[in-house]
Amino acid sequence: MSLRNVGIVYRKELREALRDRRTLISTLIVPLILFPLLTAGFAALAISLVGKAKEEVPRIMILGGQDSPRFVEGLHKNDKIVVVPLAGNWKDQIIDKDIRAAVEIPPGFQSDVAQQKPTALKIYIYRGDMKSSFGADRVQDYFKTYSDTVVKERLAAKNVPDSALKPFDVKQENVAPPEKVGGATFGGLIGYMVILLCLTGGMYPAMDLTAGEKERGTMETILSSPVSRVHLVLGKFFLVLSASLVTAALSVTSMGVSFWAVEHFHAFDKAGSDAAELQLSLGPGSVVSVFVMVLPLAVLFSAALMTISLFAKSYKEAQSYVTPLMMVVILPAVAAMLPGVELTSKLALVPILNMSLLCKELVTGTYHWNYIAIIFSSTCVYAAVALFFAVKMFQREDVLFRS
Amino acid sequence: MIETRGLTKVFRDKKRGEIRAVDNVSFVCKPGQIYGLLGANGAGKTTTLRMLATILEPTDGTAVVCGHDVVDDPQKVRTNVGFLSAATALYPRLTAQEMVEYFGRLNGLDDSILKKRVDDIFRRLDMDSFRDRRCDKLSTGMKQKTSIARTLIHDPQVMIFDEPTIGLDIMTARTIIGFIRECRERGKTVIFSTHVMSEVEKLCDTIGIIQSGKLLAEGSLEELRARHSEADLEEIFVKIVAPLYVEQEAN
Repeated sequence: MSLRNVGIVYRKELREALRDRRTLISTLIVPLILFPLLTAGFAALAISLVGKAKEEVPRIMILGGQDSPRFVEGLHKNDKIVVVPLAGNWKDQIIDKDIRAAVEIPPGFQSDVAQQKPTALKIYIYRGDMKSSFGADRVQDYFKTYSDTVVKERLAAKNVPDSALKPFDVKQENVAPPEKVGGATFGGLIGYMVILLCLTGGMYPAMDLTAGEKERGTMETILSSPVSRVHLVLGKFFLVLSASLVTAALSVTSMGVSFWAVEHFHAFDKAGSDAAELQLSLGPGSVVSVFVMVLPLAVLFSAALMTISLFAKSYKEAQSYVTPLMMVVILPAVAAMLPGVELTSKLALVPILNMSLLCKELVTGTYHWNYIAIIFSSTCVYAAVALFFAVKMFQREDVLFRS
Repeated sequence: MIETRGLTKVFRDKKRGEIRAVDNVSFVCKPGQIYGLLGANGAGKTTTLRMLATILEPTDGTAVVCGHDVVDDPQKVRTNVGFLSAATALYPRLTAQEMVEYFGRLNGLDDSILKKRVDDIFRRLDMDSFRDRRCDKLSTGMKQKTSIARTLIHDPQVMIFDEPTIGLDIMTARTIIGFIRECRERGKTVIFSTHVMSEVEKLCDTIGIIQSGKLLAEGSLEELRARHSEADLEEIFVKIVAPLYVEQEAN
């Protein structure tokens, strides 16, 4: 095999790709701006939104409570909420977000509490609406504090210490290092993004070098040259692979830098104590291991993209063929993000899903070498089959001259 | 030299079944001569020429180009062939010079020879003013010149032109006709297809009339005139192809 011709084709395709705006955007720009936007940008946005929601003093409506003046008065005096007058359309007002919640005080509530009879309050909310939940929390906090005080008074009256109600505490303690906690939370997303960008990075060059070439009429030109079709397809394939790998490398690096920036500026600390647990650090080891594992997947994607695009007569037609492929890739990549989905020896053979699950582990610094070996070798086999098909496809006249 | 022996190409179409685009075509085209393949649209001209350029593989029969068999040694054939057609476009994001150099390298030329050849061809074709301009910014005439330079860069012995003037304005078409003539003067074997009678009359040493994939008549212009007792080539062409053309259209 003459590598010289493969190199000539590759260099020419590279030169053209570097002059193609669409390829540059999908290969370089998207990974460089997507991760900073998704991590730092998204975190900043989430923090700002949550902060604003928490700062708001919620408007609350009281339903009933005419015979429970102590509670109604207590709610009115609570400066963490604003009590609005009762209206018949209170449900609509919650749905329309005019008020955040409504608390229903049942008849005889105050006397039932005094007589130690069982009773219950109801808080009506708009489930899924963050501000409504925060509003309900404040009402609940008020009643919980009240409830605790009543319990304490009752226990004191009977000379029973507070600890009688709570003989012991149960606490959860995290033993995983911060990067593993962060990795377990965001690892699935990282795998998903790297896989998706690996595909999109090769997408435009693959379409341009096959269907685009047919559409522009240069396919016949190049086929009339002495370069063999195997060399031609390999030259083109290596360019698509390069684009895919550059996108993957940039995305992993950009992701590492973004996480470092989030850590460095303590963005999660500001979001509250729970979020502060999610310290992220994507060390060079994780970056390199994710990149190495993605290599055969990039080969698989590049060959599959070229094979599919070659069928098309035009760039537009190729886009309509490649879109379903995106779905085929996205579904298993997303499946890895589902809670409880973990690597098994069977799942290690499912392309894309295996890589997505593995990325999740690699990011947390976990290396199951048996799975890594299965995934790497099986993906290499799938990639070799895809490349074989791409080469075969380039030798089919009915595909090259489809009209 | 080109020699075809029972060259046949069958396409299989899901709707139309088996289509014999080229059916047992045999002819010889000698160095220093222009062989014109004359036929209506869909007659089989392009398929024949694509087989000679080894872009398509014959279903049956073969052809020998410069001593190399198109089936057994397609790569060697292509190193000896310059192929130009209306469908052989240029890479829009390469400059004229990059385009020609690319094909020179694919033809195995090393950098020193390539530079010399490029300079020589660009001077001959008066292309120096746009050598660094991208192909998508070139005028039609400039594009044609670049295509010609692309076919000449490896100095092939055989030139194949598939309807090279189709869709071109008169001035650009004249450039191409002049170039084809020059190829003959340089002793190259030239085959070209067209359905323009005047081009055939002006250029061809031998004319092959093709219809429905079959080579129906062959000879010099004078021989065809004498054989069919007609002076006008168009009348001769119609006389020869009409029966098969009507049958093909009916099908």
